Amino acid sequence: MLEKRVTKHKTKYKRQNRDKLFLMLIVMILVMIGVISLMAPYIAWNDPYNIDLTNILQSPSKVFPFGTDALGRCVFSRVLYGAKNTIFSALIVVAITFTLGSLIGIVSGYVGGTLDHVVMRIVDIFLAFPGMVLAIAVAGILGGGLMNAMLAIIAIGWTKYTRIARSYVLEIKEETFIQAARLSGKGSFYIIMRHIIPNMLGYMIVTASLDIGTTMIEMSSLAFLGLSSPLPSPEWGAMMSEGKSMIQFAPWVILGPGVALVVVVILFNLLGDTIRDLLDEKQKRRAV
Amino acid sequence: MSIIPVLLVISFLTFTFMRLAGGDPAEIKLTAQGTVVTSELIETVRDEMGLNDPFIKQYMDWLMDVLHGDLGVSYTTGIEVTAELKQHLPYTLMLTISSMLLTLIVSIPLGILAAVKRNKWEDHLIRGCSFMGNAIPGFFLALILLLIFSLKLKLLPILSESGIKSIILPTLTLSIAMSSKYIRQIRAVVIEELEKDYVKGLRARGVSEKVILYKNVLKNIMMTLMTITGLSIGSLIGGTAIVESIFVWPGIGKLVLTAISNRDYPVIQGYVLWMGCIFVVINLIVDLLYRVFDPRVRAQ
Repeated sequence: MLEKRVTKHKTKYKRQNRDKLFLMLIVMILVMIGVISLMAPYIAWNDPYNIDLTNILQSPSKVFPFGTDALGRCVFSRVLYGAKNTIFSALIVVAITFTLGSLIGIVSGYVGGTLDHVVMRIVDIFLAFPGMVLAIAVAGILGGGLMNAMLAIIAIGWTKYTRIARSYVLEIKEETFIQAARLSGKGSFYIIMRHIIPNMLGYMIVTASLDIGTTMIEMSSLAFLGLSSPLPSPEWGAMMSEGKSMIQFAPWVILGPGVALVVVVILFNLLGDTIRDLLDEKQKRRAV
Repeated sequence: MSIIPVLLVISFLTFTFMRLAGGDPAEIKLTAQGTVVTSELIETVRDEMGLNDPFIKQYMDWLMDVLHGDLGVSYTTGIEVTAELKQHLPYTLMLTISSMLLTLIVSIPLGILAAVKRNKWEDHLIRGCSFMGNAIPGFFLALILLLIFSLKLKLLPILSESGIKSIILPTLTLSIAMSSKYIRQIRAVVIEELEKDYVKGLRARGVSEKVILYKNVLKNIMMTLMTITGLSIGSLIGGTAIVESIFVWPGIGKLVLTAISNRDYPVIQGYVLWMGCIFVVINLIVDLLYRVFDPRVRAQ
């Protein structure tokens, strides 16, 4: 019996160690991709803006690893340059929605009463609405541009965090250590900063990390629809939009940025899943 | 019943957004119609459209029209927005229903299979596929399917002009994306369900696994299924916009994308309102279905 329990414990730790290693590996790859995207001008050997009408729609070769597009621009260089736009705009959007949504949720849950009621009704309204429709409408009304596309995604994304943060606050608020803190005369701000936020941050970060991939897809969908950055600056969604009419003769114009996008989204999803698994294990151990 | 306030707020927000968006609606309307714009003409049109009234009055007037079923006239085509939406909605609904059906047909058995074969190769394979499906953006998937089935294999038509065959690719695109999410959720629910005491009891009594799965477990996950179906129909109707525009499917998603690029505000407004209504009605139906399927809800 005891032996069985010991081996069970051992495999659990083994799995956790494996998860930790895996997490480090993913983070390393993602950091590398981030560095590459920032160093694009030093890595790409072709100018991504250089229009060369003698080299239109060339299939992949040594000079052009991903081929060239309808204006003879190197797809590989454009994918490298576009990484910065696509990845970092999604990260910024997630960071802002995460902070904004969580703060609203924390305050709403902590204060309660009328404020909470009003906030929750607003959240309901947003939830009652297909997100992408709203994003398309907002981006469309504001007009194209990367900033407006980001605003549109932020506008639809914050409610997710508000709801989750609020439910955690409602749960933590009832704990005895909060009552103890209040009895010892600590103010609300102190309690939120020292007791509530540290206790929920882990879960919120999991939610955010799982959200990065989705946000990247949403951002590039807007770009694909022509509702994001203006055309010459490379962005993966926009590149695919430009390439879609030539799909029959030059599928590489779409495949380059498309595969890059899928790979990066997969990496971010793996990151989120692994963080969640690790946190779940930790939580279970604490409960035991 | 929070339907009416929800719709009121949505309508107010869309109206405000349209006005904040910049650009003079009168000028946009005239330009869209291809009229030569003069400042006198703009003034007359502004008066006609009531743009010189106070903001709240404009909103109330517009709301009154909407309540009478009048969503205004499209700037570009001159056709009534309601008529235009009515004409395109059936296509979107057709696509939504076919994708929803295919999704359920695919993901219920696969989700259950993955749960039953937990941590075996079948489970890993199914989860791997659904993980991939989650990471591929709809528009990329649509283009790949188009490339493979229409251009390379020449099995299916590229555009949506050739009858029933043309619904296959858009349906496939939407279903693959949705099934990936469904399979995960169904697997999780079934695993949870299989660990419950009643399953142990049934097994102890010698009831076969098949009967347990399809008679008891399936019935018990019905509620979860209904909830995720209800929630995703809304996002599906919205999500069709991109797929519609790629496959040139004449639904309202494509209509609104065209309207957005033309800054055809009445059409966008009408679309947002209609979508809000459809979503609210679907959720209402789901709520009512709870009552039908769950005796506990009925008892309350």
